[in-house]
Order: sequence, then C-alpha cells, then structure tokens
Amino acid sequence: MSEPIDLAIIGAGPAGMAAAALAAGHGLDVVVYDENQAPGGQIYRGFEAVAADRAADLDFLGDSYRAGLAIAHAFRASRARYQPSTSVWLIQKDRTIGISHAGRARMVEARRILIATGAMERPVPIPGWTLPGVMTVGAAQTALKAAGLVPRGPVVLGGKGPLLYQLAAQYLGAGVTIAAILETGARPLAALPHLVQAWWRTDYLEKGLALLRQIKNAGVTIIKNVSGLRAIGDGKLDAVEYRCGGTVQRIAAPLLLLHEGVIANVQLTMAIPAAHRWDEAQRCWHPVVDEYGDTDLEGIAVAGDGAGIGGAEAAASMGRLAALAAVHALGKISDGEFREIGYDLQRERRRYLAGRPFLDALYPPPAVAAALADDTLVCRCEEVSAGEIRRAVALGCTGPNQTKSFTRAGMGPCQGRMCGLTVAEVIADRLDRPMAEVGYYRIRPPIKPLTVGELAGLE
Amino acid sequence: MFRRLHKDSETLTITIDDVAMTLPAGSTVAAALLASGNMVCRKTPVSGADRAPYCLMGVCFDCLVEINGEPNQQACMVVVRPGMAVKRMPRPAPVAP
Repeated sequence: MSEPIDLAIIGAGPAGMAAAALAAGHGLDVVVYDENQAPGGQIYRGFEAVAADRAADLDFLGDSYRAGLAIAHAFRASRARYQPSTSVWLIQKDRTIGISHAGRARMVEARRILIATGAMERPVPIPGWTLPGVMTVGAAQTALKAAGLVPRGPVVLGGKGPLLYQLAAQYLGAGVTIAAILETGARPLAALPHLVQAWWRTDYLEKGLALLRQIKNAGVTIIKNVSGLRAIGDGKLDAVEYRCGGTVQRIAAPLLLLHEGVIANVQLTMAIPAAHRWDEAQRCWHPVVDEYGDTDLEGIAVAGDGAGIGGAEAAASMGRLAALAAVHALGKISDGEFREIGYDLQRERRRYLAGRPFLDALYPPPAVAAALADDTLVCRCEEVSAGEIRRAVALGCTGPNQTKSFTRAGMGPCQGRMCGLTVAEVIADRLDRPMAEVGYYRIRPPIKPLTVGELAGLE
Repeated sequence: MFRRLHKDSETLTITIDDVAMTLPAGSTVAAALLASGNMVCRKTPVSGADRAPYCLMGVCFDCLVEINGEPNQQACMVVVRPGMAVKRMPRPAPVAP
C-alpha cells in the first residue's frame, strides 16, 4: 500500500465538495471517492452537464440548484483529486478504505476520513409500491437533472415534504401534466411554534411559499390529508387509490411518485461501526458526532445530511468545519486560526439550520407501522410482507436481526437499506418498545457489490 | 413512459434485449430503460414479478440488469458506452435443495 492520503472524502455532494475545496486550499492531499460519474451528489446532480448542454433547464431547476454551482466550481478548481465511479465498500477503524473502480478493488489508507454520503428518501411502503410505474420523487428529479427526462403522461405525486413541491414546480416549468398531488398530512399548526426560529431563514420560507403559490396558480389539484395510498395495477401501475374524508377515490395514472422526506444514509457509518443514536424528531438513526463532525472513532468524521438532515447549505458548512478540523489536526493551521475560522463557520451553519425544526414539524415522518397492512411488502428484495414480520415477532423475535434470520427481510441485494427502518418500526409497534431499544440491522461490509474476482485480486 | 426535453448533440447506440437504441452520451443505463418505452429491468427471484428502477440513486438495487454478459449490475450507476449490450434479467432458476 502506498503513502496514506491526508484526507479521504467519500461522496461529492455539497458537504464533500465544500470540504475538499477547503482542505486542498490549506495544502492537504485530498482524494474524493464518488460512486457517481460526476460530482454534485443528489442535490446538484448533473450540474456540469446542465451548465454545458442544457443551460435553459436552469430556469425551472430553480435558484437552489443554481446556488450549488459556486460550491461545485470551487471544488473543480481546487487541487483535490476526484475519483468518479468509485464505490467505497469498506472502512476500518484504522482508516483503511476498500474501494472499487472499473471492476478492480484495492485498499488505501488515510490520515483522516470524512464520510459525506448524504441522505436517501425515507422508504415508506404502500400496497403496490413495487409495481413498475411507481418511483420516488427523488428518482424522478434525478432523471430530470441527469438526463433531461420527464414523464410522458400525467403523473400523480404522493406524500409530502419540500422535495415533492420542488419537483412539482420543476415539472410545471418543463411542461409536464400533474394529475394530482396527494398530500399525506402536513401539520402547519404543529410547525407554528418553530416559526420564530425559522424567521432567521426568511429566504427559505419565502422560497417555499412561492413554490406552493406557483403550483396552486397552475391549477394543479392538491388533495390534503390523504391516507391509504395504494398503487393499483397488474404488472404495471394503472391507477392510484387513496382515502380522503372517509371516502376512497381513484385516479388513473401511469406514474406515481412517492416521497416522505429524507433520512441520513448511515450504511457506511453503521458498517465500521461508528456509534449511532436514534433521532426521535427525524425518526431515523444518526451517527454520534461533535460540532466538527468527529465520530467516536479517531480521525473519522461525518458531514452533511449523513450526520442528520439539515439541507444542502448546512451540509456545505459542516463539510468545511470537518475539513478545517482535519487541516488543524494535521498541523496546517494554528489553534488560533482554527478557532477563528471555526467560529464563523459554526455561526453560518447555525443560521442555515434555523429553518429545520419548522420543516421537521410541518412535514412529520409518518407513523409507518400503524398504517401498514399485513399483506404490504416491506422488504422489496426478498418480498417479505409486514404480516410476516409481525408473525416473527409473535414467535419471539425482539429485533431486526432476528426477524432477518426468520423471514429473510434485509437479506437481499439492497442490504436492508429499503426495509431497515420499516421492519424496526413494525417490531417497535408490536412490542410497544422505543425504536432506540429495538435497534437496527448489523450492517456488514462489503456495503457495495464486489465480485469474488475483485476480492481475490486484492494485494 | 419518459420523454426527453432536448435533442442532444452527442449520441451513441446501445442495445436493450438486442433492440438498438440511440441515447445521449453520459446517460445511465437506467435512464435508457426509462426512455425506451418499457421500464421493466428484471423479474424478481421470489415471485417472478416485474421490477423497474425505483430510486435511481444506487440505494434500492431494484434496477439490476445484465450488462455485456455480466448479471446484477445497477442500471442507475452505470453510464452507457457505445455498443453496450443490456439485457433485462429473467427470474433466476430456483436452486435445488
């Protein structure tokens, strides 16, 4: 193995890119590993291609997308080395990293590691969610940003959260017909107490209100307080069914896009494993980190939404904070400089986070287990239903690792990413125990697919 | 199911189940499936049901396809190359006990 890298960063979203630019600017040898083929992460996905070939799309992709260009260009202009299409399948506590690129695996060492693997959409099962024609809102937005693809026919959006309305506005801008938005219980009253704090982010609030106005003015049908969402079809989606005000309604549509907010993608931090805690407000697991993103493991930090959902701007601030801590730890700046720059970055980050409690309360995570029918699939890979998990609990299973052995839920190719929270929610509901006690799958490396040939080829 | 907003300048050709398809350079295989008019990528091992791309960000592993003879590739994480042969995957044969 060659000389250790000063700072290895995993992920090239806002946190990873901002961290890389700052650390490289202070003279660290920085390598960014990204499983995507171009930088940007999910939020700024495809920014280089859009800027070069589809600049007109910036009109409807919106201001927040455009804002990312500054971070992205600073990253590209820095001396950080960028390794696209490279997956990280292992991190050890001694900061050995297993990577795979173009069918070849190898191990590298780093003095410091920053995990910036971001968020994923909260998987919330509904009947029929495995049918072709049902996708996530984030997936549809990815298709739009990365490939300029929009649905041919009318589309139904189901769920809630900022991303859902953002996509709706982008679709209207791109001339897509939205058959309906089925909103699953936003809670404006519960969010009110957080409004004062959110006032620090009036830009955010104004942006949100402008989005909602734009959608309403376009005459899109918005149905509020929907429950019992159901995807109907034989082999592919034909219609979406929902309950509202005591009656069941049906809309014919070839495409349903679901969204129930985002959660930290903790697959990599869980696999090391770093210490994690249950976050009741965001109803997901977060790695335990300090204000510089440092985990309980020496030299391993997490920044961005992977450490707790805070949005792209807060992610970039936290990326810079974590990079600053690495720069300081490796002796490139004095204690005084560290405190001074750190103070400013912390202030910036707090300001960016000010709107978050409001959003968390306005779009609360759904009560997953209570609404889940026995015959709804929770594990998409192994096609395990909620009823099978409940039967395993009745047989005495007290946690997700036990139900995994009994039912195979969590044993498929996604390694539990899609069913982990749901399975734990079902167990917690059945046993009337807190999620923190029920726990999560024991995630084991390799966390990305690796051929036996690649493993055998390791030096 | 999906359509393109733009005519692209730089394109290349792949095959999906031996049917030629021209796409913009830089597309992922999953984007190719979505634009092909049939977004199904495989049949599941357990029930044999059709599956299509779901998350498009490498998390769900639903969009597995065979690419140039190698099965179980994540279509959303692979960028198309000229002449790439993509095949939808049938339901795997059950393993004898």
